[in-house]
Amino acid sequence: MPLSAALHRTTAEPVEAARPAHERPDVVRIRGLTRSFGGPNILDGLDLDIPDGAFVALLGRSGSGKSTLLRTLAGLDPAPAGTVTVPSERTVVFQEPRLLPWKSVWRNVALGLGGRDARDRAVAALQEVGLSHRVDAWPLTLSGGEAQRTALARALVREPRLLLLDEPFASLDALTRMKMQGLVGSLWQAHRPAVLLVTHDVDEALLLADRVLVLADGRIATDIPITLDRPRRHGDPGFIRLRAKLLADLGVDEFEGDFTAQAPARPAAGRAASAGVAVPSPAGA
Amino acid sequence: MSWQQDTALATLSLSQASGAVTARIDRFRRFIPPLVIILLWQAGSSAGFIPARSIASPATIIVTFWSLLASGELLQHLLVSLGRVTAGLVIGVSTGTVLALVAGLSRRGEDLVDATMQMLRTLPFLALVPLFILWFGIGETPKIALVALGSAFPIYLTLFAGIRSVDAKLVEAASVFGLSQSELVRQVILPGALPSALVGFRYSLGTAWLSLVIGEQINASSGIGYLVMTARDFLRTDIIFVGLIVYALLGLGADQLVRIIERSVLRWRPSFVKA
Repeated sequence: MPLSAALHRTTAEPVEAARPAHERPDVVRIRGLTRSFGGPNILDGLDLDIPDGAFVALLGRSGSGKSTLLRTLAGLDPAPAGTVTVPSERTVVFQEPRLLPWKSVWRNVALGLGGRDARDRAVAALQEVGLSHRVDAWPLTLSGGEAQRTALARALVREPRLLLLDEPFASLDALTRMKMQGLVGSLWQAHRPAVLLVTHDVDEALLLADRVLVLADGRIATDIPITLDRPRRHGDPGFIRLRAKLLADLGVDEFEGDFTAQAPARPAAGRAASAGVAVPSPAGA
Repeated sequence: MSWQQDTALATLSLSQASGAVTARIDRFRRFIPPLVIILLWQAGSSAGFIPARSIASPATIIVTFWSLLASGELLQHLLVSLGRVTAGLVIGVSTGTVLALVAGLSRRGEDLVDATMQMLRTLPFLALVPLFILWFGIGETPKIALVALGSAFPIYLTLFAGIRSVDAKLVEAASVFGLSQSELVRQVILPGALPSALVGFRYSLGTAWLSLVIGEQINASSGIGYLVMTARDFLRTDIIFVGLIVYALLGLGADQLVRIIERSVLRWRPSFVKA
């Protein structure tokens, strides 16, 4: 591993049960990536390495550039400054399923695949995501969850070395989202591609990833290995501790908006002021 | 109060019992006004209120229709007209399609083609009839050319707009999954533009009939238009009406044809999927 990459990961080495990360080659290498859309730099000299088979979650506030980073890795956005190395076997699952409505489900999965076994491969991938009964259906007849599972099958069938997930569960209802998270977790364990999951959901990142990054000011501001045992549970003390830390890194007070909780022990001037507004003062009555 | 409720209940049960019958009457209700008009028309003609030189009686029209059909005259003229429309449509729709592809699929093509087409589009194409007679004479050419010109614009406009309004996100996704430029056009852009192009095709058919009617009035010696023009010279309003009915049936048939095409090529749409 190059020296710069080793230095970069001073926070901690992501621990992987099968094979330690530092023994595996990096599938993604980014050095000094800078990108702006006319204004200030969205990405500003960003460095990042993703080892083969690692599940990395990328958190960031909206507008932090996390989608820009994913699009750059997908080859959809140019990288004007810096070097980006990615494997050619890479695929994306977008926030919307982006299925071609005029192609049946299996043809969507087999899109761009040549060869006579294209249908067999597509059907096998659909079976893995639990959609073997919708192989010949039209996409517009699918439910939101089914459509997104089709998109997942379309990514899987290409046997990617790098799987890019751009908030793939954001537009699903809560129950479907939980099922999809479980599905993605098990598919990753079965196929072991490197995964970059862009999300704004801290819990989702902690449930799935073995390394969580927070993007802020155009760089990777936080890089934490997640060593919790799988399957992970929301109530686990380690989970709660990591959650609090990541939320703090994202600039969110964990108790904000939680009306049942007691006021936090740490001083929060803004919160006290707003509480004062909410409670009618006796003088006014 | 109680008797009022009883009547209300009685009315309710009555209307429920007769529900099936009312539904059947409802279905045929829309045919009542035209039938009444035709009957009044026939009565007026028989009584001599409507002169046959202005409007022939429905009975005469039916008889004339039948005799023209039986003699094979109607079919012969119909085939000539259909031949003109088909030739004009093939030329017009294919030209419009090619131009829309050139303009839709490349910026350079748009610069070369679109501005010119948009300018020509504003010209009422039927105003070109005198020029067409000077250029092409009075044979088949000006008739077919008129149909071709009229039907080229609708398909051009809708296909061009259709290509440009294909969801950019779908194109982006398809390019991520390794589709080449030509595969992208064939598998994503053209199918995406197809619904809009079919609307244009329907408009093209409409203008094609219109152009045919005008074109066949230019010194024709055969065709439905010729039949109608000759009938005018002999004050045969019955034949004129037969011609009008044939034009209407052709328009209806063309519309039905597009519906059938839509049903097969747009079968992925939910409205067709459920049907």
